Amino acid sequence: MRGLVARLRGNVYVPAMALSSPAFRAVATCVVPEVARLEAAQWDEMAAIVARAIAARPHSVQRQLALFLILLEWLPLLRYARRLSRLDAARRANFLDRLQRAPLLLLRRGFWGVRTLILMGYYGRPAAATDIGYRADARGWEARR
Amino acid sequence: MSAPRSYDIVIIGSGAGGGTVAQELAPLVRDGVRILLLEKGPRFADHEFTGRELEMADALYQDGGAFLTRDGTMTLAFASAYGGSTVVYTGTSLTAPQRVISAWGVPGLDHADLTRRSAKYAEQNNVHALDDSLINDNNRLFVEGGRKAGYLVEQFPINVKGCRGSSLCNLGCPNQAKQGTNRVQLPRAERAGVEVVTRAEVLRIDADRALTVRVSQKAAGAKGAPSEWAPGDYHVRAGMVVAAAGAIGTAALLLRSPLPAPRSLGHGFTCHPALILVAEHAHPITNDVGHPKSYFVDHAESERFVLETCMYFPFVTAKSLTGFGPAHSAIMHAFPRLQMILLLACDHTAPGNRIAVTRAGSPVVHYRFTPETVDGLVRGTRAAARIFFGAGARRVHVPADPPLLEAADADRLEERITARHFQPGLVAVSAAHLMGGCGMGRSAADSVTDAWGRVHGLPWLRVADASLFPDSLEINPYLTIMGLADRVAEGVRRDVAVARD
Repeated sequence: MRGLVARLRGNVYVPAMALSSPAFRAVATCVVPEVARLEAAQWDEMAAIVARAIAARPHSVQRQLALFLILLEWLPLLRYARRLSRLDAARRANFLDRLQRAPLLLLRRGFWGVRTLILMGYYGRPAAATDIGYRADARGWEARR
Repeated sequence: MSAPRSYDIVIIGSGAGGGTVAQELAPLVRDGVRILLLEKGPRFADHEFTGRELEMADALYQDGGAFLTRDGTMTLAFASAYGGSTVVYTGTSLTAPQRVISAWGVPGLDHADLTRRSAKYAEQNNVHALDDSLINDNNRLFVEGGRKAGYLVEQFPINVKGCRGSSLCNLGCPNQAKQGTNRVQLPRAERAGVEVVTRAEVLRIDADRALTVRVSQKAAGAKGAPSEWAPGDYHVRAGMVVAAAGAIGTAALLLRSPLPAPRSLGHGFTCHPALILVAEHAHPITNDVGHPKSYFVDHAESERFVLETCMYFPFVTAKSLTGFGPAHSAIMHAFPRLQMILLLACDHTAPGNRIAVTRAGSPVVHYRFTPETVDGLVRGTRAAARIFFGAGARRVHVPADPPLLEAADADRLEERITARHFQPGLVAVSAAHLMGGCGMGRSAADSVTDAWGRVHGLPWLRVADASLFPDSLEINPYLTIMGLADRVAEGVRRDVAVARD
C-alpha cells in the first residue's frame, strides 16, 4: 500500500493502473451487470473509453480517482472483513448503495464519478446503444420509413 | 511571438452574442474598419457532424460536456466551436418575460426594446412552430399528459430550416437544419469582410488594449479545420474589445486580465440546474426520431421550475438515472419505450455562487444549491411525474427511494419525492444555461457593465453574452442574448461614428 501511494505521488500513468485494479472491475460489474458478460475485446473497448476520459482530466483528478479506487477496495473490510473484490454480489451492491448515500459529500461525489465513468465506458460503445434499442439516425424520419 | 497585429474592433467568441455582434458590425468593414473575431474552438465541416455521442461530445463541448463545478456536484455543458453553444442547442427560441426584465431593474434596459430586437433575430433565424406532422410520440405524450394533469402546455418556436428529425440537435445537427450563428450570422459577417480566426484563445487583455492570443495546432486525427493563423502566440492591438466568450469564458478572461474591473466581476452566476427524468410506457414510442424539444410547461414564476420535452443519448441517459445495477439496466433496456422530460430549476443569484479563476487562469465555478432551488427541483419532479402518469406511463423513474414509481404511487408523490432525495452528489444535475458574472446595472458599485454592455470604467471594453444577465432569465436564453448583443453592437457603431467625427 505504501509503495502504491508513493507511486501515485510520482508521474505514473494512473488511468491504466486504476482500470486494471480489481476494485474497478468489481464496481463496474455491480453498476452495469452486463459488464460481467463482456468478452475481452469488449472490455478493452470499454476500458479504452474510460481511459481516454480520465487522461483528459488533470493529473490531480487522476490521482484522486486512483486513491478513491483503493479506498473502495479496502473500505468494506471495516464492515464485512473482506475487500470489495472478494465480496459476493449482494454485499457489494449493498456497500455501494451505502456509499452513494454517504453523509460525507466526498464519498458520494467519488462514487458518482466512478459510476459516471463506468456508464460512459459501457453505454458509449455503439454495440451497447444498439443493444438497448437506441436507433437515432442522421436521416431522421426517413430512416424509419 | 510575432509582431503585433492591429484591428479597430476585436470580438471574442462566436456564439449567440459574438456572432450577432460580428454580423451587426460587418457593414463597418466597407468604411475601412478592421474587425477580427477570435474563437477558441474549431470550425467543423458539415460532414463531421456524425451524431455519435462520445465522439461529438468530445469534439464540441468543453471537457466533453463534463465541466464540473468546484465541489463536483454539477456538470456544466457549453460548446467550444465556430458558432459557440448555438451549434449544440435545440433551437428553442423564446423572448424574455417582461416580469424578469422588470425584476432585473437595469436602468436603461427596456423590455419592449429587447423584445423588438429579439424578434428581428427570430425572423432572421426562421423561428416557427414545427408542423404537427413532424411531432413525435415523446412530445405528443407530454402534451396529452400535461393537459390531463392540468398544466398549460405551450409549443416552443424553434429556429430550424429543413429539419429531418434526426433528434441529434445537442450533438450538432447532422443536416445543418438548425439556424445557429454558424449557419446565419457568422457566414454573413465573413462575407462582409470580418476576419474570423478559430482555435484562437485569448489568454489576457491588458489595460493598453493589447490582447495575448494563443492559436493552437489541430491535433492529429481531431475533427475541425486547422486555424486560419499559424499555431503560436500573438499580440493583437485593439481599438475596442467585445468579450462574448460565454458566461464562464468572459468572466474568467476578465478576471485573469490585469484590468481595473468592478468588484462584482464573476459574481451573480446562475444556470437553471437541470434533471433528466424518464418514464416507461407499455409499448414502443417514437422518441429518438423527430425534433426532441417541441413543448414546455412554464411554472418559473409560481414554483421555480420549467419542464421541457427532451430526448438524450444512451450515456447521458444512463448517467442521469438514479441508482445502479439491475433496476438501472432494466430502464436502459426499455429505451424504445421511454418518455423523457427535462426539468429546469429556476435558481437566483446567491452569495458565493460565482466564477473565479485558478492561479493558472483556468475558470472555476463555485455553486451551491439553495433550499429554494432544491424546492424547484422537487416540485418540478412531482409535476413531471404527474405528466408521465397522465400520459399513461407504466413506471416513472425519479430521484426517490426506490427510484421507480408505479401507478399506485401517483397519488402520493408529495410523500415519495422529497428534498432528501436531492442531496448534492446523489443526483446527476447538469446545466446548460450559464448566466451572469458580468451583470448589467447602474454603476461599478452594483454591477460590471451598464445596460449597453460597457464595462464600468473601461469604455473600450464591452460584454455581449449571457454573462450580462444580472439574474436568472428563467427561460432558454439565446434569443435574449442576441437581443442584448444587438444593443452592444449599436453602442459600438455609435462610438465608432463619434470617433470619426
